[in-house]
Amino acid sequence: MIDPLSVFLLLLSASTPILFAALGELVVERAGVLNLGVEGMMITGALSGFAVAHATGNPFAGFLGAAVAGAAISLLFAALTQAFLANQVASGLSLTLFGLGMAAMFGKPLEGVKAPPMPAGPFGINWIVWLGLLAVPAIWWFLTRSRPGLVLRGVGENHDAAHALGYDVRLTRLAAIAFGGAMAGIGGAFISIATVLQWTEGMTAGAGWIALAIVVFSNWTAVGVLAGAWLFGGVTVLQLRLQAAGVNVPVQLLSMAPYLATIIVLVLISGRQKYSRRAGAAAPGSLGRNFHALR
Amino acid sequence: MIQFVPRTDASGPWQIATPILAVLATMLTGGLLFALLGHDPVAAIRTIFWDPLFGMAASYSRPQLLVKAAPLILIASGLAVGFRAGVWNIGAEGQYIIGGLCGAGVALALYPLDAFWIFPAMVVAGLAGGWAWGMIPALLRNWFGASEILVSLMLVYVAQRVAAWMAFGPMKNPEGFGFPGSRNLQQYPSASNPELFANTGAHWGVFAALAAVIATWVLMSRHIRGFHIRAAGTAPRAARFAGVRPQVLVAFCLGLSGALAGAAGLFEVAGPAGQVTDKLGTGYGFTAIIVAFLGRLHPVGILLAGLLLALTYIGGELAQLTMQLPAASVQVFQGMLLFFLLGFDILTRFRIVRRVRA
Amino acid sequence: MDSATVFRADGIGKSYPGVRANDDVSFEVARGEIHALLGENGAGKSTLVKMIYGLVRPDDGRMTLLDRPHEPSDPRAARAAGVAMVFQHFSLFDALSVAENIALGMENPPPRRELADRITKVSHEFGLPLNPARRVVTLSAGERQRVEIIRCLLQNPRLLIMDEPTSVLTPQEAELLFATLRKLAAQGTAILYISHKLEEIRAHCDCATILRHGRVVDSCNPRDHSASQLAAMMVGGEMRPIDRSGRHAGETLLDLRDLSLPAPTAEGVALKSVSLSIRAGEILGIGGVAGNGQEELLAALSGEMPSAPGTLTVEGADLSQASPAARRRAGLLAAPEDRLGHAAVPDFSLTENTLLTAGDRKSLVRRGLIDHNAARDFAQAVIAAFDVRTPGPGTAAKALSGGNLQKFVIGREVMQDPRVLVVNQPTWGVDAGAAAAVRQSLLDLARSGAGVIVISQDLDEILELSDRFCALNEGRLSDPVPTEGLTLERIGLMLGGAHGMEEARI
Repeated sequence: MIDPLSVFLLLLSASTPILFAALGELVVERAGVLNLGVEGMMITGALSGFAVAHATGNPFAGFLGAAVAGAAISLLFAALTQAFLANQVASGLSLTLFGLGMAAMFGKPLEGVKAPPMPAGPFGINWIVWLGLLAVPAIWWFLTRSRPGLVLRGVGENHDAAHALGYDVRLTRLAAIAFGGAMAGIGGAFISIATVLQWTEGMTAGAGWIALAIVVFSNWTAVGVLAGAWLFGGVTVLQLRLQAAGVNVPVQLLSMAPYLATIIVLVLISGRQKYSRRAGAAAPGSLGRNFHALR
Repeated sequence: MIQFVPRTDASGPWQIATPILAVLATMLTGGLLFALLGHDPVAAIRTIFWDPLFGMAASYSRPQLLVKAAPLILIASGLAVGFRAGVWNIGAEGQYIIGGLCGAGVALALYPLDAFWIFPAMVVAGLAGGWAWGMIPALLRNWFGASEILVSLMLVYVAQRVAAWMAFGPMKNPEGFGFPGSRNLQQYPSASNPELFANTGAHWGVFAALAAVIATWVLMSRHIRGFHIRAAGTAPRAARFAGVRPQVLVAFCLGLSGALAGAAGLFEVAGPAGQVTDKLGTGYGFTAIIVAFLGRLHPVGILLAGLLLALTYIGGELAQLTMQLPAASVQVFQGMLLFFLLGFDILTRFRIVRRVRA
Repeated sequence: MDSATVFRADGIGKSYPGVRANDDVSFEVARGEIHALLGENGAGKSTLVKMIYGLVRPDDGRMTLLDRPHEPSDPRAARAAGVAMVFQHFSLFDALSVAENIALGMENPPPRRELADRITKVSHEFGLPLNPARRVVTLSAGERQRVEIIRCLLQNPRLLIMDEPTSVLTPQEAELLFATLRKLAAQGTAILYISHKLEEIRAHCDCATILRHGRVVDSCNPRDHSASQLAAMMVGGEMRPIDRSGRHAGETLLDLRDLSLPAPTAEGVALKSVSLSIRAGEILGIGGVAGNGQEELLAALSGEMPSAPGTLTVEGADLSQASPAARRRAGLLAAPEDRLGHAAVPDFSLTENTLLTAGDRKSLVRRGLIDHNAARDFAQAVIAAFDVRTPGPGTAAKALSGGNLQKFVIGREVMQDPRVLVVNQPTWGVDAGAAAAVRQSLLDLARSGAGVIVISQDLDEILELSDRFCALNEGRLSDPVPTEGLTLERIGLMLGGAHGMEEARI
């Protein structure tokens, strides 16, 4: 028998890494920056979070370390795109490749080590899951109601106009990128500290890329990100349940489910968004474009 | 105060100088990193960049250069065409895997038939498999506007699982005592892709890579389609005005790069790798992205960059053996290389001017 | 200093690498004055106002605002000092609401609801009603300008800068704008008004400072001078009158019948049942305010947007579904408005840019292979025939000035001997000398027996060139009328008058 409540709890847990990463990327993209390095920042967070948690014996210190490490590595991307005006797609890719390599290199000694236990939060739900759920309204409020959020959206929508009105485009984007890095770091650390409970190479397994797809799915809203993260959490839980139930389908094919679901969702959502700029909030106007002004 | 002033003409000397600068900066930073890890930096750099070519084990490692460079160059040649057009195929790894599976599938289906046409048929199957896998993101972008970046990347994970399924299931060697993995194609003469000249490492894939370099060079510099691709990448509206249909271009670029990646996969599975396993994808598809950028998306540059990155693979293995450097240090090196390249790239597009305030 | 003086510039200078944008510029703007800053494209007007608004810092000289030194470090400092600015290309955020756009232009905006109330109140006071909750992407050009103006007015500016504000307005809408400016001036605001439209400056401005090559060449009361005198000051010499002689209308070359196309993008305009025909030796002028379907009409003619069969015929051949390349082979050529990025690839050399359109007609491409020598020779021929000032055909398109690139783009098409040539905004942002050369080349082309369609927002240009005139308004094309004896007012009404801004009449 499948108990709906326990399935929902599993879903919450499975969706948390993607939720954090996608919320961070949402803020980054709302500022007009496309950072394809989410996977690299997540794996960095997964490793450094695990390392700090293991060294201190405190999982929360681990999450803090993951946030700092994620933000730190995202600054490489920020330097390339904001100071050196490099192509954002290529820079994001290089961040992912670099992050995966660094994590594989420094992670070797930690293989086979167990994570320190994590105290359960209210209602037996992990504290970090709660934090992710709280981050949704917080980011919604920040983006739609606060003055800095308005400036950030202005920078992302039309960076030339924002500059003309006297806002610092680069500084705004730098802050957004660092925030995105911290969030991706926490998301990655959730996998190593709270889900898998150990470090293995390449353990994020494309979660960062799925988070990027979810930002598209969300139509660039915080609530949409939550819906997307839950959808993928659901697909993952379902797939694991089917595996456990011994369905007569090869394991390898079942484990394709999250990736295929991502593609299907992208197809459904992109078709709808094609002509919707007039109707609702779609992709920020300056997304992926670099800003340069002569003074 | 320092200021970047856009260049009106792309700077020729810097186009060549920045990749070299990036390589030097990577060596320097990589050396520092190794020193931090407690290794002798000079020895490490020498082991990676010098010893494979001129060191004691060079006679073993030199042929490996072509073996590793061939797939990188083959894949990167196709990717560069797409990158020029602003079509971001980052799923070459998946197209490589599917191409390898399709080619191997032909051989395994015909085993133990002996015929001269089997290997050519496998090449066609490899090309077709990679092409088809590349056409999925192309069609989804054209029909639904789905991002080819994300779709092609997702398809890498799908392809990896298809390979695992094949290795554990349909393609498993019936005489393999239950171990995963297919028959070894190196032991099936009609289907194998052997070293054609002893101790050179040159198999059919090496010649295919050279052909791809020449063909893409003609395409991009002499043919009107190459002109349209370049125009579409820098000024899409001007390309449409010239008569380019963006959807055709997307399909062409993803199809071409997919087919070349598929061929690379086939040559690998029938040659150096020898069999289908769940580890069929070894990351060539991602490293080829670095090769394409390091070669400045130019066929000749890609040839040189492919050789250089092949060197880091071999040197990295050597350093792992002799100096106990971590295996992933090659990956770190390659990532760093791309970072520095992208950073230095500003020199080709901007002049750096010092302004003195009155 | 006269106590009535609001703003004063003393010896302002600014250099960019290779360009002296402003040199020793001095002028004063008084309380309640509408002061024109007049000059050609590239004369340094924009750089000057960017310095006043804190976007660019001057290299030399001093500015004074209300008797205090004016050295804004950024636009926010300038706004705090009492300067407000309406930009030529609006500084608006499409996806955001009117209220959010206005809040971004203020230092300390009040809470959301209070701001909305103030927007409604002030916009009604000035006869420029606005709904604060509307998203800017849904607004017309005139309404967008209202957002910019209200954004300025809410800050009670002492100096209001307006950068070419009427370039997107119909003549009637421009009248309404001037009524607003008068009202503001009467309340004591100083207004710095940038334009190159001589008649409106003569009609509405109290004083004019004329810039040429970055320097002040004259200042005067524009009402004391004729438009041609002002033009001579601006250009620095008399303009040669244009030669319209020797043209005879022949047989019909191109026929557009009942062409309808949906909007290509969310911001685009649908074409609604457009019909027109053009005869050999004739120039047809199509006027309209920006964003009323000009780009879409050009795309339908160039082949970027194919249409239903039977809608477009050229010399009897149905080209409705033909590709741009096939249309060029049939003799239908086009030159779009946007030089950098549409008519030419900015990063490509002039030689490579010939391949964009002239590959077939000039045999620069044979069986898919490019003949680089032939392309260079053709580029060289265009450069020579159209007096394009450039070091050579190897120069990147983006390195040319607007006027020189426009001469190259028009020359590239004209030298392919088209049967019909369609041009959109052929002299937009081009200096007077280049504009005259381009116009003359279009007249010469018509004289040689081609049909020419000129789409333009510059009504003077259309009156000067064309034999017949149509108005393009919200994707609909009016019936043609002969240009002889047509007045600007009549044209303005054909263009849709004030686009529902009547309620704003004061």
